[in-house]
This record gives sequence, structure tokens and C-alpha cells, in this order.
Amino acid sequence: MSIPGKETQQAPPPAPEEPRVAPSGFSELQAQLREWREAVDRRIPPWTSRVMPFVLVALAIVLPFAFSTDSGFIDATIKAVALAVMALGLNIVVGFAGLLDLGYVAFYAIGAYTLGWFGSDFFFKARVHVLVHGVAAAETGIHLNFILILIAAAIICAIAGTIIGLPTLRLRGDYIAIVTLAFGEIIGEVAVNGTDIHLGGGMTLTAGNLGISAVDSPYFPGVGQFNLLQLRPWYWLILGILLLVLFVNVRLRDSRLGRAWIALREDEVAAVSMGIPLVKTKLQAYAIGAAFGGMSGAFIGTYFTTVNAGQFAFGFSVLILSMVIIGGIGSIAGALVGGLLLGYINYWLLPSVLNNAPSKFGLNFQLTSVQFGIYGFLLVIVMILRPQGLIPERRRKLEMTGAVTPGLGEAELAEPTPEMNIGAIE
Amino acid sequence: MRAHIGVWGLVLLLLALPIFYLVRDLTVGYQAGFVHGHAVIQHDLSRIGLNVVQGLANGSIWALIAIGYTLVYGIIELINFAHGDVFMIGSFVAVGLWSVFGLGLSSGTAAIIGGLVLTLIITMLVTGTLNVLIERVAYRPLRNAPKLAPLITAVGFSFILQNVGLLWRGGSPQSVNDLVGQGDTVFNISGVAIQRGYILALGAMIPLVIGLGWFIANTRLGRAMRATAQDPEAARLMGINVNQTISLTFLLGGMLAGAAGLIYALYQTNIWYFQGFKAGLIAFTAAVMGGIGNVRGAVLGGLIIGIIQSFSDNRLAGGEWTEAVVFGYLILIMVLRPRGLLGEETREAG
Repeated sequence: MSIPGKETQQAPPPAPEEPRVAPSGFSELQAQLREWREAVDRRIPPWTSRVMPFVLVALAIVLPFAFSTDSGFIDATIKAVALAVMALGLNIVVGFAGLLDLGYVAFYAIGAYTLGWFGSDFFFKARVHVLVHGVAAAETGIHLNFILILIAAAIICAIAGTIIGLPTLRLRGDYIAIVTLAFGEIIGEVAVNGTDIHLGGGMTLTAGNLGISAVDSPYFPGVGQFNLLQLRPWYWLILGILLLVLFVNVRLRDSRLGRAWIALREDEVAAVSMGIPLVKTKLQAYAIGAAFGGMSGAFIGTYFTTVNAGQFAFGFSVLILSMVIIGGIGSIAGALVGGLLLGYINYWLLPSVLNNAPSKFGLNFQLTSVQFGIYGFLLVIVMILRPQGLIPERRRKLEMTGAVTPGLGEAELAEPTPEMNIGAIE
Repeated sequence: MRAHIGVWGLVLLLLALPIFYLVRDLTVGYQAGFVHGHAVIQHDLSRIGLNVVQGLANGSIWALIAIGYTLVYGIIELINFAHGDVFMIGSFVAVGLWSVFGLGLSSGTAAIIGGLVLTLIITMLVTGTLNVLIERVAYRPLRNAPKLAPLITAVGFSFILQNVGLLWRGGSPQSVNDLVGQGDTVFNISGVAIQRGYILALGAMIPLVIGLGWFIANTRLGRAMRATAQDPEAARLMGINVNQTISLTFLLGGMLAGAAGLIYALYQTNIWYFQGFKAGLIAFTAAVMGGIGNVRGAVLGGLIIGIIQSFSDNRLAGGEWTEAVVFGYLILIMVLRPRGLLGEETREAG
């Protein structure tokens, strides 16, 4: 990769904006950037990679104190983190196990409806209360404690994920994408038309496009009932969910199961002949990925205070998939960064900052109306220019850049390259 | 043995709705209307006939789109997600051309026929070129990348085209001039009123499909397409320009999608930016049902999906559930026989 003649120069780490030698081609520019990065990496002491996560978590915890309690930025942050949780869930299915899931919105829907069903007076004929306080304790309907709802959402979505996974077991590649897409659309259709499905006593399955409104907000002892003027508790709640999901992700990736997923992704036939149980391993990927989506979906449901069928469109699946891909397929840090990045673009940059930019150019539309076009454009650009994503998984990076063919890359994988340090941060 | 269960199971599944309603119409009967406040119950086949004819007309449009999916999949094993949106752009271009040519409800018959033929040609050229450009920009640079990569750019392009449509004609369905009077009854076959729209849809689809079949079977370029689909590497060694052949495939698929777009606008008399997404999924289902990579299969699948859709719209659960019914069929096909009715065994769907 390095260019002869430049190797001898002792490259100091200058800012990448001012190249000393005008590179003649794109690949030379890349090589130059890589050289600078390696020089920077050499200067960072090795212990930083171990301390870094704790510093980041501490910063994340104190972040809301820099803003007012009902700040629009914190509002966007909460939504962005919730989407990042989904991206981490989808990353297990798409990234680790290599099963392209285009129907992830199904788990958002099921998670949100779990909240709608078990945390509002939607089933008004029932009267069930489990560990609830505050307003909810006096209402009709089924009211569970929010933690219980989170667990229920995870379990129900895991079951749904398994059911969706079953028909795809014999299929590969694009066919999986289509079957999952079909399931996502069916769930969306059921959500919209659920008003036609009667459960007796005048109760229906969903409230369609009207939405199940006035869902319970979480209640924690010491904090009280969450409300939308005090955003900090919401932020810490979703941050807690994110940290939990991150922890599970890292542990899973380094586990026997994680290695089995990667083996199946790389070569199904070889993996099966090595004794990896195909059905069980694939279904576990679907189930665990779905469970995270469900937890985030339940949170988004209570944070938006409504569960509306209009939210569950194919575009949402593509948004989450874009996060995983832009971040780097299979990379945990990538899914997190991609999720936060697109989350901020979606909930802060486009609506609050740039929304009226086209009108300043005399164009008669708002950026939020074409947001999915923008994501589509990002997908195309990222796939063509940087198919390994922003923070590539190191194994996939080797494949995608074609540095080594997979299978022959074991020696290079074992080498302690700077990328290995990034792997430790993930 | 399993293959037999698969194919007959699939045939049984596809015939389930028509047979069920056939038996029901003949035995229980259906309500044909009210006379003096009493429901008139009839026991004949005319309602079934209407369902089937309507289904065939719908299905012609799906068939034309499905061919685009099947050709592209056959040659580069890619689900061209943006294809449905190329069809949508076709509708938009066609309707735009009507106003350019000044075609309206007051135009004379000769002007309408001439204008529509001209519209058809220009629309097909525009969508064909658009499809070729998409291939050039989004798929060709990824020819050697992992298979996931072009699928993702295809999804990306689908969204770009949808937003182009959104900015072009706004977010809600727009009704367009009913240029051909698609709802007029032309003749009756034993109680089944054949409307002009049905004749138009089938009458446009059949020559296009026959033409395409002739092109693939008899021309040098068609032979190059077949050879590339079979084995791109060997085709290249035999002196076939593979990239050019792939472009040609996208051109043909895009042209048929454009034709489908025009027919859709004439037949449904309304267009909107989201029509391509739904149509694309339905047409893809059709292509898979027929056996992906197989043109005859795509047409057969399109017509069958059209009939299923017609029964679902009018008989089973109402139009708002149709998509769920079609996708339910898609999943069952995937379980029973992933390679479809006429398809070969492939690596993807083995």
C-alpha cells in the first residue's frame, strides 16, 4: 500500500487538510492518509484504549448537565441513542450472522405495541396492575411496570424473530432480504388495519393510524413519573439500555456463539461441516437482534407517548440498515457511531438546523420531506467509496479492501495492527 | 419427492382462492343486487369470470415489471430494488408527456392513439436509459464486491427515485385524465363485462412480451444475453462484451417498466410516488413465483399474482389487506418451493 520514496520520510502527524505532496491519485491519497494515521497511532500510549471506554461513558453520563432540562438537543440525543440501540440489534443479524434483514421495523412495531398493550388503558375491559405507581395505578387496562414491559418486549420480539427466521433457514442472500421485508410489511399492514381485528368487548388489536395514545410513562422510585419537561431521566434510562446492549454485544461477539455466527457468515457449508448447528445459530441471531429492537421500540413508544401504525414503514428498516452499513457492517463501534450519526442527522440536523436550507436557495421543499432520499444517497455513496463503512470490522475490512483473500488472511489477522487497538475499544 | 410436494403444493396454493370461490358461487351463490328490497342470489360463474379478467389485466402490469426483475436477476443475480421506482418514473414521464402533447379528454381518437404511441416510445426510451444509468453508477462499480453491496445501493437508489417522484408530484396520489375511457364496457361474454382498460392492459402486454421473447431467442444480442446469464466468464472468453450485455439487459427491463408505467397510468387513472415501491414488491413476488431468471415464469407469475390480488381485493378481505395476502403467498412460496413454478435450481434458492 505504501508508496516507495515516501516511506523514508519520517512523517510527523500534520493535519490531514494540508497535504505536503499533492497526491496524483485517489489511491495515493489513501496511502498518505493511512501513513499519517499510523504515525498518530504510534504516538498514542497503549493504555488509552483500555481507559477510553470509561471516559466516554462518564462523559455520556454527565452530558445532559451541559443543557437545559427540556433542551431540544437532549431530545434529539435520546431519540438518536434509541436508534443506535436498534442499529446494535440489527448489527447482530446483518453484521455478525450475515443475514440481510430488511424487515427490522417489525420488531420496532412489536416492541412498541407491547408497550401499547401492556402500558395503557387500550384494553379497557381488563384491569391488571403490576408494580405500577402514579397515574397508571388508577386507570383501567393492563398496566405493567416499565422494566417488566421492556422484558416482555424483548421476549415477544425474540419469539417473533424466531418465527420470521424459520422460513429463511433454507434460503440465502437476497432471498432472506425479501422474506424479512415481506414480514416487515405484513406486520406494518396488520398494525394499520388492526382496527378490523376485534378481540371482543369492543377492543381491537391496534388503534391503526389513530394511534394508542396516553401510554404510561416510566416510573422509578426516587425519580417519580417521567415527564417530557424533564428529559434527563429519559436520557439516563436509554443510556442504561444502550450500555446494557453494548455490553451484551461485545460479550456475544467474543463468545462461542459470536464466532459461530461469523463462521456461518463467511462460509455456511464449511461452518456446518465443522459442527456448527445451523438452525439454532441462525435463529439465535434473529432472536437476539429482534429482542434489542423490541426494547428500543418499547422505549420509543413511551417517549413518543403514542404507538401509531404510521411509524412502522419500510423506510424505518432502511434507516436502521443505513446506520449499520455506514458505520461498518459487523462492527459494534461502527453500529454505535452510525446510529448516533444518522440519529442526529434525522432528529436534529435535518429538522432543526438545515430544514429550511432549500428555501434559502429558492427551492420549494423542506429537507425533512426528502430525508429518505438523503439516506439513499448516503447508502450509494458509502457503498461505492467506502464499502467497509466508517469504522470497519477488521475482518471485513481485509475482505472488502481486497488486501488479502478471506481464509488466507489469518497471519494478517493475528498481527497486532493499529486496527486491533480499535477492536479493543469496540 | 420433496420437489414434487413443493411444486404441487404451490399449484394447490395458487388455485386455492379461485377454486374456493368457484365452488361457493355455484353452491351457496352470491348476492348480485337488490330487487324490491330483496337480495338477488345468483348461482353462476359470471362473478368469478369478472374476478379473473380483472386479475389478468392487473397481472399484465405486474408481468411487465416482473420481467425486468427476472432479466436482471438472471444475468447478475441482483434484486434490482430500484426497478419498481423506475416503473413509477415511467408513469410520471408518461403523464408529463400527455400534457406536453396536449392530450386531454377533449382530444380526438386519432390524436389520442397517435399521442399514446409516441408517449409509449419516449417513455420506454427514458426509463430504459434511466435503468442503464443506474446500473452504470450504482451496480457496475460493485461488480466484484460482496453480493450485499449492490443490493444496498439498489435500496439506496430506490429511495432516491422515490424522493424525485415526491418532489415532482407531491406526496399524495394524483388522479390523471382517463384518456381511453378505461371503464367503458366494450362487450359482454356471458355476463362478464369486458372493459376497455382490460383489453388495453392485456393488448399492450402480449405483443411486448412476444417481441422480447423473439429478441432473446433470435438475435445475436439476445444470444449474448442468454450466454452471459449462463456463465459470464465463459461468455467473456467467447468474445461477448459482458458489460455491454448487462447494460442491454437493464435497457430492456427499464423499457418494459416504462411501458408498464404508461399502462398503469391509463388503467388506474391515478399515480403517486409510492406506487413503484408496492408494485415492485408485488412484481418481485411474481418473478419469484414464476421462477426467477425465467421470462415465461415472470409473465405467468405476474398473471397469477394479478388474479390473487383481484380475489383478495374483491372477495377475501378488501383492498387494504391485499399486500399482506400477496406477501403471505411470497413467504409460503419461499417455504414450499423457493425456485418457483418454472425455475431452475439455483445456489440462492437450492
